[in-house]
This record gives sequence, C-alpha cells and structure tokens, in this order.
Amino acid sequence: MKRLTFNRKLFALPYGVLSALFVIVPLLVLLYFAFVDGDGKFTFENFADIFSKGTIKVLFYSFGVALLTTVICLVIAYPLAMILANSRFNKSALLVMMFILPMWINSLLRMYALKNLFIELLQIDTGFFMVLCGMVYDFFPFMLLPIYTIFVSMDKSLIEASYDLGASPIKTFFRVKVPLSMPGVISGIIMVFMPTVSTFAISDILGKPENIMFGNLINYWFTKNHWNLGSAYAFFLLILIGITMIISSKLTGGKAKATTGGIL
Amino acid sequence: MIRHEKLKKVIALTFVYITLILMYVPIIILIIYSFTESRTIGNWTGFSVQLYINMFEDPEIMGALTNSVIIALASSLLATAIGTFSAVGIYHLRKAPKVYMDTVSQITMVNADIVTGIAFMLFFLIIKVIPDGFGTLIIAHTIICIPYVIMSVTPRLTQLNPNLYEAGLDLGSPPIKTMLTVILPQLIPGMIAGFALSFTLSLDDFVITKFINGDVDTISTYLYTKIKVKGVQPELRAMSTVILLAIMLILVFINVYNKIKKNKTTSR
Amino acid sequence: MNEQKHNNPNEQKSLHEKTDKIIEVVGVTKVFDDVTVVDDMNLSIKRGEFVTLLGPSGCGKTTLLRMIAGFETPTSGKIFIGSKDVTYIPPHKRGINTVFQKYALFPHLNVFGNIAYGLKNKRIFDKTITDKKGVEKDVYRKFSKKEIEEKVKRALKVVGLEGYEHRDVNSLSGGQQQRVAIARAIVCEPKVLLLDEPLGALDLKMRKEMQLELKAMHKNLGITFVYVTHDQEEALTMSDRVVVMNDGVIQQVGVPKKIYDEPSNAFVASFIGESNILSGTMIADYNVSFCGEKFRCLDKGFEKNEKVDLVIRPEDIEISEQGQLEGKVIDVVFKGTFYQMEIATEGYEFTVQSTVGRKAGETVRLAIAPNSIHIMKKLRTTNTFVTVLDSDTSIELCGGSFEIINDGSLVKGDRVKVTIPFDKIELTDDESDGIIGVNVAQTLYKGSYYQVQIYTDTDEDFYLDTDIDWDIDDRVGLKIKPEDIILQKLEEENEEADV
Repeated sequence: MKRLTFNRKLFALPYGVLSALFVIVPLLVLLYFAFVDGDGKFTFENFADIFSKGTIKVLFYSFGVALLTTVICLVIAYPLAMILANSRFNKSALLVMMFILPMWINSLLRMYALKNLFIELLQIDTGFFMVLCGMVYDFFPFMLLPIYTIFVSMDKSLIEASYDLGASPIKTFFRVKVPLSMPGVISGIIMVFMPTVSTFAISDILGKPENIMFGNLINYWFTKNHWNLGSAYAFFLLILIGITMIISSKLTGGKAKATTGGIL
Repeated sequence: MIRHEKLKKVIALTFVYITLILMYVPIIILIIYSFTESRTIGNWTGFSVQLYINMFEDPEIMGALTNSVIIALASSLLATAIGTFSAVGIYHLRKAPKVYMDTVSQITMVNADIVTGIAFMLFFLIIKVIPDGFGTLIIAHTIICIPYVIMSVTPRLTQLNPNLYEAGLDLGSPPIKTMLTVILPQLIPGMIAGFALSFTLSLDDFVITKFINGDVDTISTYLYTKIKVKGVQPELRAMSTVILLAIMLILVFINVYNKIKKNKTTSR
Repeated sequence: MNEQKHNNPNEQKSLHEKTDKIIEVVGVTKVFDDVTVVDDMNLSIKRGEFVTLLGPSGCGKTTLLRMIAGFETPTSGKIFIGSKDVTYIPPHKRGINTVFQKYALFPHLNVFGNIAYGLKNKRIFDKTITDKKGVEKDVYRKFSKKEIEEKVKRALKVVGLEGYEHRDVNSLSGGQQQRVAIARAIVCEPKVLLLDEPLGALDLKMRKEMQLELKAMHKNLGITFVYVTHDQEEALTMSDRVVVMNDGVIQQVGVPKKIYDEPSNAFVASFIGESNILSGTMIADYNVSFCGEKFRCLDKGFEKNEKVDLVIRPEDIEISEQGQLEGKVIDVVFKGTFYQMEIATEGYEFTVQSTVGRKAGETVRLAIAPNSIHIMKKLRTTNTFVTVLDSDTSIELCGGSFEIINDGSLVKGDRVKVTIPFDKIELTDDESDGIIGVNVAQTLYKGSYYQVQIYTDTDEDFYLDTDIDWDIDDRVGLKIKPEDIILQKLEEENEEADV
C-alpha cells in the first residue's frame, strides 16, 4: 500500500556507492596487499620491515623535518594571521587572498621556481636546507588559513571582556587569545605535519639522496615493484594519520577540520 | 600613545609584506626570466618571447597541457555534479548513513596523497577493467574532488529557507524538477567555488596522478620528470607563466563574480 | 497521469457534488523518534470552511498541517482530500497549496516568476478526442503565456500588489513578501489553502491588517482555509471553527464563541483567554459548590459529589452587594477599557474584569450567574503505567525503583498496571529526597490546590495535585508511599496485546 516516495536523502546515494567502490574498496585492497607476500600468503613480514634500522632512521628523520617545518610555519603564520585578522592593521581581503593564492599554483611549479632561485641566483646547492625551505614554502598557507579563520571569527567582546576585567594585553593574549585560537592551530598542525612526512616530490626535487622522507620510501618500493612492502608502509602511514586525526578531534572537540576549502 | 600605536602598525605591516615578498620572489623571478632566452636564470640575454614560441611548438608540453586541462575539466565537472547532489542528500541524512558519508569524505580529504594514489593503483590493477590513463585519472580526480564540492555547497544549504523545497512540491512541481528549478539555483555560488577548487586540485595533483597515469602525461608528471634532470629546459619558465596567468584569471573571474552577486543582493 | 487527472477541473467539480467534507483525517498518528506528536487524530473539515488549528508550540498542529500538505506521512491512519485517499500521495499531486511561515519565496525568481511557478506546473483539461480505436480520451494542456500573465495579474490584485510583477522578492518588506506568498498559492486555485502561522513573522500592526485581509480573501475566493496559529486571539477572530490541540490530541472543536464560552476542559479554558479555573464539587444536578459556597449552574448528569473543574471568565464575575462570595481586592490594573482586579476570597484568587474599578484593600462581594459557570469533567484523576516488578517488593517506574505492598500474588518479573491517584504523589524540594528526579512542566491553579504536570527523565508524564506552587522547569524529587500504589497484574494475553 505504502508507495515508495521520493526522498532528498536519495541524492546522497550515487556518492554513497561511488565512495564505497572507489574509497573504501581501494583501501581494503591496500590492506590486503600489506598483509600478503609476493605469493599471496598471509604475512606480517611487510610490517616488520618498517621497524628495521634503516626505515626507523628515515621515519625519525621525517618526523624531525616535519616538526621543524611545522614549527617554522606556526611561528610565522600565527602572528601573521593575527595581524591580517586585526582590522586596525589590515582592512583588505585582497592581502589575505595574496597569501592564499600560491596554494592554487601547481606545487611542482613552485618547487621548480624555488630550485631555480636557489641554484642559479643564490648559488645554494640542493640538500637539507633547500628541502626545508621547500616544505615551508609549500605548506605555509595550510597553517595560515585555519589560524586566520579562527582569529577573524573570534568574538571580539571576549577580548574586550578580558581588558574590562583588568587583564593586561599580555595576559589577555596568553589567557584568552591563545586558548581560543587552539582549534585553528591544531588544524594547521595537522595539515602541515602529516603531509610533510608523506610527501616525496619536494625532497626528490630539492634534496640529495640522504634527504629522503618516509614518502620517498613508499614511492621507492613501488618503483622497484615491491608492492607488498610499499602497501605496508602506506598502511602504516594511514594509521599514523588516523591517530593524529583522533587526537586532534579529542583536543578540539571536533572543531579542527581540513579547511582547504575556505579560500573563496 | 598615538606614536606607539603607529610604530606597532609599521612593524606589523613590515612583517606582513616581507613574508609576502618571500613567497612571491621565486614566482616573479620565474616570470621575468621567461622573457629571455638564456638557459639559466640570472643571466639576462635580452627580452625575447622565443621561449613562448618554443613552448607552443613543443608537442610534449602542449600535450601535457591539454591532457591536464581535459582531465581537470572532466573531473571537476563530474565532481561538481555528484558533489552538489550528495551535499543535498547528506544534509538530509541522519544517524549511521550520515556518519558514513561524513567519514568517507573526511578520509578522502585527510588521507595522504601517496596512500590514495597507491590504493587507486592497486585497485585498478586488480579490477583490470580500466587501463591506466584518462579513465583512471578522471575517476580518481573526481573522487578526490567530490568532498571539496560538498564542503563548498553545504554552507549554502544550511542558509536556505527550510520550506523552499516543500514550496516547490506544494506548487505542483515533482521532486527532481523542484531540485533543479528551486534548490539548484540557490547553490550556484557554492557550486562555482567547488568547481574552481576541484579544477585547481586536479591541475595541481602530482602524487595520485603519478601512480595511475599509464602513458598519459599531465603538467605535473611532465614537470617532475623534467625538473629532476639537471640542465632544465628553459621553456618550462614560459609554461609556468602561462599556467600562473590562467589560474590568476580564474581566481579574478570568481572574485568578480562573487562581488557582483554580493552587490546585487546588498543593493536591493 | 495521476497528476493530470487530479488537476482536471471537471473532476474537481464532480467531487464537489459528492461530499460536503473536503478534508478528512481518520485515526492519524505521527511518531517522530519514539515521540508521538499527533495521537490518533480524527477531524473533518467542510468545504469552504475557515478552520484554525490552535495550540501551544509542540502540540502537533504544524505536523498535522504538514501531513495534510503531504510533507509528512502519517505513521498510521488515513487522510482524505475530497473523498480521495491521499495518505501516500506526494505533495505535488495533491492539488492543495501552502503559505509558509517564513514565506519560502524563491529568491532567484522575481515576483512574477514566483507566482507563475505553480501555474507552469499545472495541466488543464483541453478537449476530449476520440482516438483510432474509438476510445474517448481527455487531452490536457499547459497554460499559455498570456493566460499565466493574466492570472498572475489577477492574483496580485487580490493581494493588493498590482504592478509588482518585476520586483525582486528580496527587496520586498515582510508584509509584501507574505502577500506574494499568498498570491503564489491562491493563483493555483487550490481546493484547500493551508496556512502555517503565516503572520508569525510580521509586527503587530501588520498582523492585524493581514488578519482582516485574509478573512476577506477567504470570503471572496471561497477556498477552504486551514490555518495554524498559536495566537488564540487570531484564531477566535478569523475562524469559522477552531480546533484546539495539545500534546497531539484534539482538546475541543467548535465555533470560536463556543470554545470561548464553554471550554470543554481546563486546558482549553486556560489557553483561550484569561479565566478563573477552579475545582468544585457537583452536589446535585444544577448545583455546584466551590470556595465554600453553593451555586446554581446549568449542568447536570454528573455523579453526586463528583469532583469537577469549572471555568469562570473574568468579565462574567460581577461585583455586587448581593454576591455570595466575599473577597478582598489585592491588585487593580487599568487596561484601557476596563479594570482588571485580583480579588482574594476564601480558597481562590479570582481575576475579575469590570468597567468600575475598586481600590486595593477594599472588601467586595462577588456575584456569579448560573450561565457564567462552566462545568468540565476532570480530565484524569489518576496516572497509569504498565511496568514490571524488579523485585518481589518493588516496581520499576520511570527509571526508579518504587517500593510496593505485595499481598503475595505477585513475583519479580510480573507485568503490572500501576495506578497512582493525583493526590497521592509527593514532590520534594531536594531531588535526592525523592525516589526519582523529575522536572516540573506546568502548573495550573485549581482553586484550593495546584495541578502540576511533571516529566521524568524517561520522558513520561505525571500529573499530581499539591498545595504548593512549584516553579516551572524546577528539578524536584518525586516519591510515592507504597500503600498508594495500586497494582493490577496483567495476564499473558494482555502482555502480547501490549507488545
């Protein structure tokens, strides 16, 4: 008797199916490859390899570079975001736009430009320093944007209330502004730290062989056709990303999210 | 007191502009040196557009450019269509299905490109239906872009009058028609933002593309192979400038469009 | 196909002749996430009537309207429009139109585009042709551009917005937008026009104006209006018939005067206008006692000494030397055309309206005529629940365990029907003094006591009578003496029936 009536929820169905097929299934395939050896037999060997001495060294090196990149980005982006969001200093949306613009330019192009500048003009050779500069250059907007967004949307009356209650500007900064901006800072950190660990193009182009990141290792196994090993490495990376996401959502109560979309 | 305030402003703005200059120096130098013929940057051999002529005559560069544009256009159009409808659907979903959809799009957005790329590569390898190339690239780029379209469209949905859709039905318009004639026109700004985001995302992507491109070269894969080699082709400078200009144009267009839209609504 | 048939004006006409009822709601229940919003509702609306669904927010009036419009499907029950079962027919095939609370005008279309939207979807009967096989077939067509233009023009004239065709809807004032919304709906010539608090977003002056205009439109157009509002004054001034709802249940249906003069229960009395609601006792037919005095009344048929609720409107109480009740004026407020006084008598504080004001502190006598006393049966006097024994000497009730007196016939796990009289429930100031914590939902002064409605954390409602005026939304404790819990064991068959 009851007719099947059309429901707007059904519009989500195509993506529901597509995402199951092209997001979930590929990850399951990856999982499968990570747990078998070349002959298709179940094994933990691939994961054990991650904890070999050479790989651990690369992993820690990657964390080090990522940490350094994140800190540099944060140290520049935080005051910058505060200034850009403060109407006393900046009233133009164009200026903010200028900072975001490079995000829209092919990252390899920017790396190419950077490499040209360093090698041809500044006579600096490829290596750790250039890799670090490349990382900061590439990921900086991802740190700036969430912090800027949170400062712009911050309730000014909270800051005024703090002054009203007799707190000095410095006290207000540490007791009110910093805690309120934490969700933005955490999203920024997420969007810089893990992508730095997993990238391989930047270190490939701007670094020497000793400057390889964890992402390079994954790429390496695949270029050498060690798919199972590469899959295990990739899966390990996925778990790390998952953990950072969970920690960050716990820290911010789910407020930190990927915010690349807030550009327009 | 006023002087103190002024000093603060000067320091702050100096900081802002220094950062900005640092960000743009490499790009600007690249653009400047695209107008000279020298093989290396720093060696100005006089104004010339020879690099541009070479570039437009280079079948490899032009091929990569066309491929990139075709893939970006196809996948961002698909992503905008699917993403917009999904956003409407997800907005009305509750409980488990909503959690699933949110999680899946979140995974897509936060996952490292290299993991996504490898997963796609292995997946396409196993199903063996689609040979690596345009097909796999368009599928993968579409899937990657859909969450960004959803993210751009959803805020518009939350601002809509909740009875708008019902008003359409109430006036005798069937559901799909109501979607197209009533709801969709309200979402256009979000769709344009989502489309632009998808387009650049696709154009920008290197890592995922690298694993599934077969023998199709895009700008990114072409650049990658060329940059790694010492003694770079100077034509790349011209190509970079062209791409930069194209992206600038798109962004200016979107911003002007938004401004006009805004003025139209505020002047009412 | 269905849609075409539906909009055929000829068929519409034949339906007109068939029945006098345009809308029939039969046993409709709507449950959202375990909450029953509309409960087994029956209602029929006559052709051409102006019916108002009136009730506080959350009473289910809007849900009922949305089910008639087709935006919600009833959990059970049926809805008929013009004797056709439309329960599962989607809204776009129902041939009725809605005016939404916040207008819901299409922002991307101008005034003309908005009003023409519905017309463009319509198919009208064109002619009957005979096909090759000799079967007669009705042919339908769209409105022509000219027809649409004319109809829009006419609709704009009806709502007083001539010449507004090309205006942007976003540039219009709230009142003008509302008019466009009305024009958009009536231009489709619906059988029924549903209006969901259409004036709620307008300011007072505009609202008064629109009330009159809507009433005039209803008269001129001859369309059935179903109007939803929480404003009792609006309901009483505009409607032919008012349906008062509360908690998803119809409390009373009647013409405005009857609803006002003879509210059928305490809820209706308190919701419609100011009134004195008190508790009394029927001594005999036509005789009631309250505040320690006996009064003549017009009601009969109650049991002897039955407790009843009674309503006396403030303007029906006369201050007169011959009055039976003595009282002291506590408070006087001049309300423009009359004085409103609070007068305390033995046992009740009456609200009295009179053109003659008295001074606070003065002692007066109150006279109440027999036809001013409206007697109502008490809605309920006991709370009943179905639950199980969680031990041999206690029952589980609303998240707490209540001690009971067990005569030995019950054992743990038995299902029982629990009855607790209103006056046997005790509230405690401190939540921890009670067996369970509850929230006060509303209180109603009944003369000598307060009737309090509370809800538990498990979302069950209790009613109880108490001497204390508890604050609404207060968190309090609830306890019941074991000897006051009346138990009745449920048999197996019963149990299955309940499940």
